[in-house]
Amino acid sequence: MDAHPGFPPALDYLLRLGDNALILGQRLGEWCGHGPVLEQDIALTNVALDLIGQARSWLTYAGELEGQGRDEDQLAFQRDAWDFRNLLLVEQPNGDFAHTIARQFFFDAFHHPLLEQLLHSTDRQVAAIAEKAIKEATYHLRYSSEWMIRLGDGTEESHRRMQTAVDDLWMYTGECCTPDEVDEAAHQSGMGASLTAVRKSWEERVKDILDQATLHRPEDDWMQSGGKQGRHTEHLGYILADMQFLQRAYPGMEW
Amino acid sequence: MSSSVALEQQFQERIDAEARIEPKDWMPDAYRKTLVRQISQHAHSEIVGMLPEGNWITRAPSLRRKLALLAKVQDEAGHGLYLYAAAETLGVERDDLLEELHEGKAKYSSIFNYPTLTWADIGAIGWLVDGAAIMNQVPLCRCSYGPYARAMVRICKEESFHQRQGYEIMLTLCRGTEVQKRMAQDALNRWWWPSLMMFGPNDADSKHTAQSMAWKIKRFTNDELRQRFVDVTVPQAEFLGLTLPDPELKWNEERGHYDFGPIDWDEFWNVVKGNGPCNKERIEARRKAYEAGAWVREAALAHAEKRRRRKEQSAQVA
Ligand SMILES: [Fe+2]
Ligand SMILES: [Fe+2]
Repeated sequence: MDAHPGFPPALDYLLRLGDNALILGQRLGEWCGHGPVLEQDIALTNVALDLIGQARSWLTYAGELEGQGRDEDQLAFQRDAWDFRNLLLVEQPNGDFAHTIARQFFFDAFHHPLLEQLLHSTDRQVAAIAEKAIKEATYHLRYSSEWMIRLGDGTEESHRRMQTAVDDLWMYTGECCTPDEVDEAAHQSGMGASLTAVRKSWEERVKDILDQATLHRPEDDWMQSGGKQGRHTEHLGYILADMQFLQRAYPGMEW
Repeated sequence: MSSSVALEQQFQERIDAEARIEPKDWMPDAYRKTLVRQISQHAHSEIVGMLPEGNWITRAPSLRRKLALLAKVQDEAGHGLYLYAAAETLGVERDDLLEELHEGKAKYSSIFNYPTLTWADIGAIGWLVDGAAIMNQVPLCRCSYGPYARAMVRICKEESFHQRQGYEIMLTLCRGTEVQKRMAQDALNRWWWPSLMMFGPNDADSKHTAQSMAWKIKRFTNDELRQRFVDVTVPQAEFLGLTLPDPELKWNEERGHYDFGPIDWDEFWNVVKGNGPCNKERIEARRKAYEAGAWVREAALAHAEKRRRRKEQSAQVA
């Protein structure tokens, strides 16, 4: 058992959805003003905007479900790392553009089929949020897939960089489609997705895009996990230190 | 009369008649050069301007503010795009213009060489810097050069949204706690004078103004626009309950304008010359982004070329 008490499964599940969007959006926000070309600066910011918008919906609903009066901002800015439920993948640093694209693609290839299933959630609020989010996720997946192919099958240098990024991030891809008790409970209740089905779609998509990108699929070796249970990499602490700075330094104020 | 003199005369007649000059029209070399200089400086200002505000994206105090700030900085990137495209209609290339920026040869608005130190700076920039930009840019919507004027119409709509958003941040701070109000006042103290400098040197010292006005690139002088900015901003500061950092500022009944104290032109020229607090960081950040992106741009081209060849081959087979 963790030293820190867990959340009820439904709340935990919503936090996973919200935190994935929030932390990846936060990471993409770091690119704003520093993109490799103006058009891609704008495109990455679009993805960041979508994801943070989604995070607001999920976290607002999580706060309602929790029923203790916490709103999106209290959840985003006043939890410590062990209460964050995002995948380790999304908290990995931006690295070069290849790492950002690989991280995005691995996430989108999971996120899109996940949302597809959540469209049929018995929880109407979940289905409604998923319905809005999936339009955005469709675009994200197309965007990251295209760049995987472009960079994988571009120049020698871009191929090498892309392969390195794929290899570096591979060990963080395992946990997204590996169900734990929370995933099982959410699926069983009808609220959440079947990760078995999501995994099937993820595998197919990843194989297809890596093939088109002339990239090599790494061996399934040891996979890192723990993000979903609140055991994170060292990176998350710094993300939160940045993100939560004002709310921590000046608590209880309106901004 | 030589033909070039005649052409020039016709050109000026068209300008005087408020005709729009389009890329394919004949134009004097000096007109073209002036526009390239002004539009590219303007484009550079948009993308360098992303940096001071981008500095607070990861630290925005609420998710709503984070979204708004991201969207705003993204708008500035869009402005950069429109403006580089407008410059390209005059026969220059974006990459060449960027190279001049990275080599420190091109100018951009000096205001972006000041640091953003607290969250209130994001409010102050929106309110004052976007506010000053609007003053400068609304008349440019009627600029004689068509592509520039049309770019400005789109840009001005977004700038006024930025300005309101910035003012709203200031208002929230000023209605907040003591420390938030202090933050707002401190930001105003630091951004006020650089904002006034955004309108450029006094008319007497502005070497381009007369010609630009004759060409209807410019419609008002630097001092006219600066005065207009002061006049609209003073009551806004009063409404916030903030004090403008100028002891000489007072209403002049006779002129029907606010009088204000002298601008420190020494500071202005130094920041222009590269001695501002962040000149080096700003250029370095832009240069780094561009250089780190070189392989991405090359790969995109290489991939497009591969695609084209494959398509050709499959067409031949079919
Ligand atoms: Fe702008
Ligand atoms: Fe703006």
